[in-house]
Amino acid sequence: MPVVIVDGQEIEIGADERLNCIEAARRAGKEIPHYCWHPGLSVVASCRMCLIETGQRDAATGKITMVPKLVPGCQTPVKDGTVIVTESETVKASRARVEEALLIDHPIDCPICDKAGECLLQDYHFQHGQPERRADLHPFSSRKRDVGPTVTLFVDRCIMCTRCVRFTREVAGTAELMVTSRGAKEEIDVFPGHPLDNKLAGNVVDLCPVGALGDKDFLYQQRVWFLKREANVCGGCAAGCSIHTEHNQDTVYRLKPRENPHVNTWWMCDEGRYGWHHLHDPARVLEAGRRADHARGSKAAFEPVEWAEVVTRLRSDLKQAGRLAVAVSPFLTVEEAWMLCGIARSIDPEAFLAPGFVPVAGDDETFPGGFTIRGEKCPNRRGVEGVLAQFNAGGRSWGDLLAHVAAGQADAAWITGGYPTPWLDDVTAGMFAALKAVVVQDLFDSPLTAHATWRLPAAGFAERAGTWVNVAHRAQCFEAAIRAPAGVWPEGRLYWNMLGRRGLYDPTAVRRQIAESSAAFAALAGDVPAVGIDLRIQQLAST
Amino acid sequence: MKPTDPSITWLEEKPLGLAERLYLPLFVSGLTTTARHLVSPKVTVSFPEQRPKVGNPLIYRGVHRLNRDDEGRVKCVACFLCATACPAHCIDIVAAESPWPDREKYPESFHIDELRCIFCGMCEEACPVDAIELTSLLDLTGKSREEMIFDKEKLLSVYDMTKDAEPMKSAALGGTL
Repeated sequence: MPVVIVDGQEIEIGADERLNCIEAARRAGKEIPHYCWHPGLSVVASCRMCLIETGQRDAATGKITMVPKLVPGCQTPVKDGTVIVTESETVKASRARVEEALLIDHPIDCPICDKAGECLLQDYHFQHGQPERRADLHPFSSRKRDVGPTVTLFVDRCIMCTRCVRFTREVAGTAELMVTSRGAKEEIDVFPGHPLDNKLAGNVVDLCPVGALGDKDFLYQQRVWFLKREANVCGGCAAGCSIHTEHNQDTVYRLKPRENPHVNTWWMCDEGRYGWHHLHDPARVLEAGRRADHARGSKAAFEPVEWAEVVTRLRSDLKQAGRLAVAVSPFLTVEEAWMLCGIARSIDPEAFLAPGFVPVAGDDETFPGGFTIRGEKCPNRRGVEGVLAQFNAGGRSWGDLLAHVAAGQADAAWITGGYPTPWLDDVTAGMFAALKAVVVQDLFDSPLTAHATWRLPAAGFAERAGTWVNVAHRAQCFEAAIRAPAGVWPEGRLYWNMLGRRGLYDPTAVRRQIAESSAAFAALAGDVPAVGIDLRIQQLAST
Repeated sequence: MKPTDPSITWLEEKPLGLAERLYLPLFVSGLTTTARHLVSPKVTVSFPEQRPKVGNPLIYRGVHRLNRDDEGRVKCVACFLCATACPAHCIDIVAAESPWPDREKYPESFHIDELRCIFCGMCEEACPVDAIELTSLLDLTGKSREEMIFDKEKLLSVYDMTKDAEPMKSAALGGTL
């Protein structure tokens, strides 16, 4: 195994690993500051912040020969015997000079800059800069330029690392951004008439190490140090991108991609990034309601029902109605789906279980950088199908459920939802008009509400806890980022109570139970890492 | 720190001398203090008929005000640093893009809950543009809790009311703006 020496510390790297000095130093716990380098982009070595001393240890004699000048760590690959020095006086002086040079042209408007608090220029200045400023202060403001429908460029704050330019060229493949002018007058800009409006545009804001690129959706909303973050999974499509939900006082302010080499690497799409606004839509269903069978179809209002009463009354209503059909929504977590199926079978042992409607919008769209936006706009179809297979209801679809209802084989239906957008037409909804009891559990009212006897609220993606299985059969577990609005019990809590279990809803306990009883989910028995587990690989290993 | 720490010097109490044991000299010295206060001038003020004298208004911490710039606009740039520094969490700001070309954002609304405020002056200290200041107004009353939540207009009106008696502090304290 090749050995690299970082500040005197010997670390082993894989024989076929191709690391640069920054990555190798990170293995030894040393962080080399850098602006322009990003693991997902090409190397330009233009910011000069990662300058370090390197050398080579002779394998035979053990003698170390140093390179006489500083080299950029991002551009220097390591091999057996590479010596990296990250803390010498020369390196420190170089970093301080780079910081000083960058700050000469910077407006230092940190108090009004939205990046303050998560800005690399700020952090590195405190860590590596010099305490005194030798240049005059520029005016306390930055020129603003509209570069696209979602992104604003603050021209003077830019340090010209060109991460955003490389992103649009290499990952999005649309190349809207470019560098205009030369030397000290260099600026980022778009080509006239070609705004930055690709489907991955929001990532340039995450990439920007300083406050030059601002997200219009988040601009001025909140200072970043007020935000708390929770590791979550995006519910926008079947890709199941790992994200951080950033929130304060039960209000989501933004979503950020979370690094996951198996799913989304470092990126997420704009559809997912801005796909949280429905969580705070005032039109959401916010209380459980019931109305008599004869009141359906009319405008009769639902009578509010206490949740403790829902737990008992829902069961007795459905039992009274007779043959039950349940649509298990692909927005439910594996745990919720499993509990729902259990409840359905305990009400009616012959209950017809099928997956809920799967929204599809177009085909999968793959970008040159390998990032794919899925056409299937729900996060957990694989997981729900896996649970249904366990209840001998595999291979079915939403269409099968509709056919089952149309054939008059059901007296009651329980339709779970969680759809952020309208998903059902009046004709399809009308098929449920003849049933004795219809339970609709969804985020918003749909045509189905007109035929419902029970209207239950659903939880949004950031309010759920559990496991989602993405298009590549990767199961990712997550906790709820925010609490559901007052009056809303997330599905998991309702099902947990309907099963008569004590205490607070504990997705981990349910997950263990599923893993014990099912080969398909056996991999979820232990602790699931933050990047998730591939269910298929575990299955192959167990057979 | 343990009691055995070498940096601690332990002192023994001195034994009482003859004067202390007689008790009388201490008794006399105590009574002298009492007598001195009986004849010295009174410092009690009959508030509110009589106004107390505020020492140095530059360092007094009374009711807040939001300063205006030369054009009469609110100076605040909605950076939230006062709200961040506030230990009582009594400042609530909603920021928005500013309608003026010379600055990026401004406070769309700015609320201070004067009942929650502990008048520590951290907001004043944190402000990078000297927009929020504590005046020497000290009698703060209101008929309801809602009335005591000061909004932007109210805070600006405090500035209008006090600007002549108390000019902006920044110049006197060596500020740059």
